[in-house]
Amino acid sequence: MTEPVLSVRNLEVEFASRRGTLRAIDGVSFDIAKGEVLGVVGESGAGKSVTGLSVIGLIDPPGRIAGGEIRLAGLRIDNLPPEEMRRIRGKRIGMIFQDPLTSLNPLYKVGDQIVETIRTHLNLSEQAARRRAIDLLAEVGIPAPDKRIDGYPHEFSGGMRQRVVIALAICAEPELIIADEPTTALDVSVQAQIISLIKRLGRDHGTAVMLVTHDMGVIAETSDRVAVMYAGRVAEIGPVQDVVRNPLHPYAKGLMGAIPTLAGDDKRLVQIPGSMPRLSNIPRGCSFNPRCGSAFDRCRVERPEPLSRGAQSVACHLYDPVSAETAA
Amino acid sequence: MLAFTLRRAIQAIGVMIAVGIIAFSMFRFAGDPVNQMVGMDTSGAERAAIRKSLGLDDPVIVQFGRYVGNAAQFKFGVSYQFRLPVTNLLMERMPATLELAIVATIFAMLSGILMGVYSALRRDSWLAHVFQAVSLIGISLPTFLIGVLMIYLFSVTLGWLPSFGRGDVVHIGWWTTGLLTLSGLKALIMPSITLGLFQMTLIMRLVRAEMLEVLRTDYIRFARARGLTTRAIHFGHALRNTLVPVITVAGLQFGSVIAFAIITETVFQWPGMGLLFVQAVQNVDIPIMAAYLMMVSLIFVTINLVVDILYTIVDPRLRSTVSRAH
Repeated sequence: MTEPVLSVRNLEVEFASRRGTLRAIDGVSFDIAKGEVLGVVGESGAGKSVTGLSVIGLIDPPGRIAGGEIRLAGLRIDNLPPEEMRRIRGKRIGMIFQDPLTSLNPLYKVGDQIVETIRTHLNLSEQAARRRAIDLLAEVGIPAPDKRIDGYPHEFSGGMRQRVVIALAICAEPELIIADEPTTALDVSVQAQIISLIKRLGRDHGTAVMLVTHDMGVIAETSDRVAVMYAGRVAEIGPVQDVVRNPLHPYAKGLMGAIPTLAGDDKRLVQIPGSMPRLSNIPRGCSFNPRCGSAFDRCRVERPEPLSRGAQSVACHLYDPVSAETAA
Repeated sequence: MLAFTLRRAIQAIGVMIAVGIIAFSMFRFAGDPVNQMVGMDTSGAERAAIRKSLGLDDPVIVQFGRYVGNAAQFKFGVSYQFRLPVTNLLMERMPATLELAIVATIFAMLSGILMGVYSALRRDSWLAHVFQAVSLIGISLPTFLIGVLMIYLFSVTLGWLPSFGRGDVVHIGWWTTGLLTLSGLKALIMPSITLGLFQMTLIMRLVRAEMLEVLRTDYIRFARARGLTTRAIHFGHALRNTLVPVITVAGLQFGSVIAFAIITETVFQWPGMGLLFVQAVQNVDIPIMAAYLMMVSLIFVTINLVVDILYTIVDPRLRSTVSRAH
C-alpha cells in the first residue's frame, strides 16, 4: 500500500481556559489517500474544524496540539518550526473556509491576491503568475477570467467568490485540500456546483480532500470515505456507502436516521435525544452514553477504542465480542 | 464620482454660509463698530457719515450679503488695531501656522502608526506597555503644560533648542518657510511635538485597536492559510485595512490641529494665525476674529471634502457605492 497523503495518529488538541484545560480533540486518527475525499461529519463543536485547523497548523492560542502526530506524505508536520510550516501552508496544503464573503481581503483585486499567493510559493515572474492566475480562474469556472482578474471581491457573487477562494487554495498544486464547511454559507443551487467543482479538482489533480461539513447530503455525494466525529473523537469511519447505508455506531445511526427521504413515507424523522456534552463536562466512559439507547454498564465506565468491522472502524462496546455476552 | 464631489462641494458651501452668519453676527453683538473706530470727540454728524460710508445703515440682510460676497473674495475688512487689511495679516501668518500644523501632523501620523502597529503585534512586550503609558500621558496632560515643561527642560536647563519664535525664515514668493534654515528647523521641533502629541496618542490607540480587530478577521486567517509571510500579512493586508479609519481621524484631526495651534503658538510665541487671534481677542479686534473663524471653517470643510475623496481611493468598495448612488 502506498503512503497516505495525510496521516493523523492519536491527535490531541487542548485549550487552556480559566477553568482548566479543555480537550477539544481526544485521540483522533485517520488517513487520506491520494485523490481520495474524506468527509468529516458531526454536530457543531464535535471538533471537525479544529481537526482541520490543526492539520494546517493554524490552531490559535490558547489552543495547542497536546499529543499525537500528523504526517503529510510521511513528513511529520505537527511540530515544525513556524517558518517551515508557513511554507507548507498554501503550497502543499490548501484550505477553503466557510464564508467566501469574508475570506478575501476587500481592498485588493482578486488577481493580486492570487498572484501574491502564487509568487509566495512558486518562483514565477509577475507576468507568468498572472497568466497562471487567469488559467486558474478559468479552471474554477469564472467566466471571462482575463477581465474578472482585475475585479475586487465585492464585485463577485457569493458562489463566484468561493470559486476564487478555491482557486487560491489550489494555486500552488497542493497535495491536500482542507475544505471547512465550503458550502454552508452558499445558496443551495450554488452548493451543488461548488461540491462538484471540488470533487472534479480533486480527481483531475489527484489531490486528497478533507471535507468538513455537517451536511450528510454533501458527504454522500462527494466523499469516498466518511468519519463521524462526536465530542472530539471519531465514532465511526469507513467507506461512504457502508457508513450511510449500514451505520454501526448508535450515534451514526441516529445521524443517518435524521436525513429526510423523498420516498414519501410519512415516518417522523428520528431525533437523537439530548445534546452534545460541553468540553468541560464530557461524561465518563463513552462520551455518547447518556444519549445512547443501547448503552449498558460498560459504556458508563470504560472508553471504547476503535474496532475493525470489515472496511469500517467503530468505537463502540456493542461490537466488542467481550462485552456482547454481558450485554445480552 | 464627479457628481459625488460636486454634491459634497455644495454641502460644503452651505456650511460656509452658516459659519458666515455666525461671523457676521459677531460684529453686531460686539457693540457699535463706529464707536471703536473714532475718537471720543467725534460729532454725531461725522459718526453718521462714517456709518453711511461703511454701509452700516443698510438693512441687515444687505449688509450680510455684502459681507459674504467680500468674504468669498477673501476680503475681511480692516483690522481695528493694526489698521491693515485682515487678509494681509492672515496671509502673512498663515505659512507659519500651516507649516507647524503639517509638521505636527506628519510627526503624529508617523510615530502614531509605528507605535500603534508595534503595540498591536507585540502586545505583551515591555515597549508596548511603555507606549501605552506614554499615550495615557499624551491624552491626559494639557498641551500648554507639556510645552512649558519642554521649554524648561530643553531650552532653559539644557539650552539645546530655542524657547520661542520661528528662527530664520526664507521667503519663497509670499510664502515664508522655516524648513530651509537650521535655526528654523530647531525652532520647529518643540512646537510640533507639543501640538502633535495629542493626535499621536489618538492615532496610536486607534491603529492598535483597529489592527487587533483586523488581525481577527477571516481574510487574515485565510491569508495565513495561504502561507503568506508574516510580513506580507501584517503590513500588506492588515495595515492597509487599518488605515481607512486612520485616514478619517487624521484628516479630521488636522482641522483641530490648526485650531489647537492657538495654544501652542501662544506658549512658544509662534508668529502664526493662532497668536494673531489671541491678540485680536484681547483687543476686541472683531474683523480678525471673524476672518479667523471663517478661515478655520474653510480649512475644516476642505479637509472633510478631501477625506471623503481619499476614502474612495483607499477602499474600492466605496468607489462602486459612490457611482451607484447616482
